[in-house]
Amino acid sequence: MSDSFDFDGRPIPFVPGQSVGAALTAAGVRSWRTTRLAGRPRGLFCGIGVCFDCLVTVDGRPNERACMVSATADAAVTTQEGTGHGVLEV
Amino acid sequence: MPDLVIVGGGIVGAACAYYASRSGLSVTVLDRDTPGSGTTSRGEGNILVSDKGAGPELGLALASRLLWLDLAAEHGPDRFELEEKGGLVVALTETDLGPLAAFADGQRDAGVSAQPVAADRLHDHEPHLAPDLRGGVLYPQDLQVQPVLAAAALLAEARRAGARVVTGEEVRGATHGRDGRVTAVLTDRAAYDCGTVVNAAGTWGEAVGERLGGSVPVLPRRGFILVTEPLPRVVRHKVYSATYVGNVASDDAGLETSAVVEGTRGGTVLIGASRERVGFDRSLSVDVVTRLARQAVRLFRFLRDVRLMRVYAGFRPYCPDHLPVIGPDPRVPGLLHACGHEGAGIGLAPATGRLVTDLVTGGQPLLDATPFAPARLVEVPA
Repeated sequence: MSDSFDFDGRPIPFVPGQSVGAALTAAGVRSWRTTRLAGRPRGLFCGIGVCFDCLVTVDGRPNERACMVSATADAAVTTQEGTGHGVLEV
Repeated sequence: MPDLVIVGGGIVGAACAYYASRSGLSVTVLDRDTPGSGTTSRGEGNILVSDKGAGPELGLALASRLLWLDLAAEHGPDRFELEEKGGLVVALTETDLGPLAAFADGQRDAGVSAQPVAADRLHDHEPHLAPDLRGGVLYPQDLQVQPVLAAAALLAEARRAGARVVTGEEVRGATHGRDGRVTAVLTDRAAYDCGTVVNAAGTWGEAVGERLGGSVPVLPRRGFILVTEPLPRVVRHKVYSATYVGNVASDDAGLETSAVVEGTRGGTVLIGASRERVGFDRSLSVDVVTRLARQAVRLFRFLRDVRLMRVYAGFRPYCPDHLPVIGPDPRVPGLLHACGHEGAGIGLAPATGRLVTDLVTGGQPLLDATPFAPARLVEVPA
């Protein structure tokens, strides 16, 4: 039996040591955030923590690099829109 | 007209080139690196009247602010990312309130718009401000530009008016005529004949002045700026605590920090401002960054959960009396200085450029240049 984490309300299976980004990609999810200005879809690009393209919200914290966050069974991963801090807008 | 050589392609050199070339002078700008790569690229692009008490610098700032608005009207505000954002100075404690109000009174008498804001109205202007501040003063005249963009745009317009911009050449010296007048500026590559040379080398103005035959005292005052991850529009004005003004004018050599927080068009929030006299040491100080971050969170609590992307350091050029040095060197005919603007170079650049141009062409000066004259700082030969 494999572990899974919650992604926008559905379970994503992962193996121990796998990153959130790798698990999402393996599950067929190719994008999990939109860009700030044009709203374009983004997922893994470099996959090694350098490009900051794969940003995602984990447990309410936006701008985590999906490729650098280890998947855990209790994580709540959600799609990120733009800066991920939209709630602050005034 | 004789040739004018401007040493330094930062915001001040660029503004000198802009006004001088458009007044018909034949202009060459020399920069050892790339335009705007020194202190111009190390600040926030402030055009402030809020942090200046009544006096010559405020007069220069008010005149320069109007020139910035003229530039935006002629070339479009987007050319410089000019924003009429306004400043909001807040009192953290009851004891800050009195001095802040007195400071604003003096500014109003000098022509500054300074509007008192009661504690319970602060959030009308900045919804995210901490709830326990004691009041503040709103300064609608404060502006901001993207400084590197602005320097590049002024240089581009100067080139359109015939100026030449030479990058990657460092000034090594000058030749002088029998009367001592500067006749050419020498770089590591070439000689540039000139009738007049302007030292617009900013923080490096002392060394450049020396190479041109007339040193002026300009010293570096280090500052760090913290850059957050991009955010939606969360901070509308330039917001800072009243203690900042005291730090700007201070003569203390030790570390001074007071949070200055503002948003940018790109979405990042910039957090300054620290002041230290540590020479040209660029190394990162975790202590300073920590203090600035803590003070910024004191003003805007949401910043506690926002990450920093990077930190950068720069060197403000200051003269011993905290006024810029603008005007002819009393010892070397043909040498003018235009440096030492401390943390206000972006704001003061257009007025400096106009003043230098007026002094070179003999035109009616924009304002009285006496308070900025190099003669106040150097020994004048009998």
